[in-house]
Amino acid sequence: MAGSGTTDAMKRHRHPRRADGMVLTRFPDDVNTRHTRRRPNKGTFVKFVTPCSPRRERNGPGAGCTVAHQELYGRSVTEAPTAPLLPDGIVVVVKRECETCQMVVPVLRELAAGVELHVYTQDDPGFPDDPTAIPDSDLAVSWFHDIETVPTVIRATGGAEVERTVGWSREAWESITGVSGLGDGLPPMRPGCGSMSVDPDLVDELRVRFGRSTLSSRRIEVASAEDEFEMMFARGWTDGLPVVPPTEARVMAMLEGTNRAPSDIVATIPPDLDDISVEKVAVSAVMAGCKPEYLPWVLTAVEAACNDDFNMHGLLATTMPVGPVLVCSGPGTRSIGMNSGGNALGQGNRANLTIGRALQLVVRNFGGGRPGEVDRAAHGNPGKLSFCFAEADDTSPYGRLAEEHGIEPGTDAITVFAGEGPQGFVDQLSREPESLAASLAMRLQAVQHPKLVMMFDAIVVMGPEHARVFADAGWDRERIVAEVSSHLSRPGTELVRGAHGIAEGVPEAFADAEALPKFRPGGLMLTYAGGGAGLFSQIIAGWVNGDTGSKPVTRAVQY
Amino acid sequence: MTMILDPTSERNVVERERLARPSSLDGLTVGLLDISKPRGDIFLNRIEERLTGVGAKVKRYSKPTFTKPAPVDLRHQIATECQVVIEALAD
Repeated sequence: MAGSGTTDAMKRHRHPRRADGMVLTRFPDDVNTRHTRRRPNKGTFVKFVTPCSPRRERNGPGAGCTVAHQELYGRSVTEAPTAPLLPDGIVVVVKRECETCQMVVPVLRELAAGVELHVYTQDDPGFPDDPTAIPDSDLAVSWFHDIETVPTVIRATGGAEVERTVGWSREAWESITGVSGLGDGLPPMRPGCGSMSVDPDLVDELRVRFGRSTLSSRRIEVASAEDEFEMMFARGWTDGLPVVPPTEARVMAMLEGTNRAPSDIVATIPPDLDDISVEKVAVSAVMAGCKPEYLPWVLTAVEAACNDDFNMHGLLATTMPVGPVLVCSGPGTRSIGMNSGGNALGQGNRANLTIGRALQLVVRNFGGGRPGEVDRAAHGNPGKLSFCFAEADDTSPYGRLAEEHGIEPGTDAITVFAGEGPQGFVDQLSREPESLAASLAMRLQAVQHPKLVMMFDAIVVMGPEHARVFADAGWDRERIVAEVSSHLSRPGTELVRGAHGIAEGVPEAFADAEALPKFRPGGLMLTYAGGGAGLFSQIIAGWVNGDTGSKPVTRAVQY
Repeated sequence: MTMILDPTSERNVVERERLARPSSLDGLTVGLLDISKPRGDIFLNRIEERLTGVGAKVKRYSKPTFTKPAPVDLRHQIATECQVVIEALAD
């Protein structure tokens, strides 16, 4: 089983699960922990057979593009291979490369003498030579019958599987074959090896070869003399950087990262307001450079950003330099390798960069939100390529932002915030919390403009060295926000238009207010990320807040 | 040969022709849409003065917030009540 210290959540993120609970096969030589389940009390490895896997649902008999769709898009349709029937009797799938398979050759000879035996071989057509093997050279038998481990022993009747076992287990083999006394001299059990049909180097190609793809996106042929990267630039599909060509194999591999069906609708994408499917999100995730295990985060980000509360349309249309900022948290951030430490807001981490980029590519290519068109930003900011980071919620002295927004502990979540690029806050001298709180408040006054209040939210990304000053004094999240806010109220006379000889400011109606807070309730949000050295924090200034503009939206990640 | 999947919504947009520009405002109703940005009202007040000065009928409308598209009902109301519309975009 998985090693100690590996949590269920971590396993889930490393190895996406199918809808039936089985972990997707990515590691052929790790069969005992991932491909099989231990039968209670018997110590044998028995495949957990399910009647209908997502792979079969997606690609198997009965699935496929409708004729109408094929005609609509002029798609070249060839009849996909059908699942080969299992011959009646005992079917064993082996490969020469597997030592367990080599070990059981004498057992196969014993079986051939007593039962109707059919041995399929994946790699060497001459293995075994006695009994004679049937080559499964194209791996069709292995693929369609979900062979994940060799040897696999199946008892079939009427072309259908009755039961199976994987690896070598005398007890299980005798039970399935009805032959006793098998494998004299062999150990009672030995784990098998990974099937070639689930080899990570082959599986994407096999999926396309055998799958009756239900992917409905229009296929676009790149001419042989055409450079696919230049072609995608020419079509306007990039954010200015090269994108990964979304081939069918890559998109299908990406879709293995979620249990959701490709046709599920995720959200309505502004500004064109078409409904986007999981498949189309996966296309953008491929283009952005995501790994399949990032896909649930991308899907959640799309859902969180594309709704009336967050108002992605407004973010596009505004002349302000804002974009969707993704704050990720939960154990899954560590499982997919997100960066919450040094340079968390910077370059160099694939998950951080590509998850945020995928959301923006969805908005650009599917939604039609492009600079110079509906995107009217006067300046924009570099974060509009991607602005996505993880909170160090496992070491945070004051929890995480998502829990402030109602997410349960231990649940992966994303908060999407309409924000600008990060602005630094330097205070290398405050060692007392009172000083640091007042200092941070002074810096926060500058969010958008020192004379504009309550219109804009802000996220503080507090670095560990600043947070430690508060933590050492026993200040929790509420205390920090309250103490900082206590320095952020100013009389209307200082803020009103014309005050200090500056035209900008709050309307005249507020001139008599005794104290106007800088932030609306909940508008000052704390997160915790950054490297261990440096008495700095970062401030992400927001866009017009609330019903008028955008509300931060937090969603639990759906796998 | 590489085959890739289309990342767009694959929508087919129906292009609608604009109405012909009226040669005169006589007898027409002009809608003035304020998107609720600061000082948009100052601009539209002046436009209204000028239009009523030449005998045009004017109706005023405003969006709930400048950050979101005009609600469908508002757009429908303007389309049914006016023949011409002027929108004040920014501050």
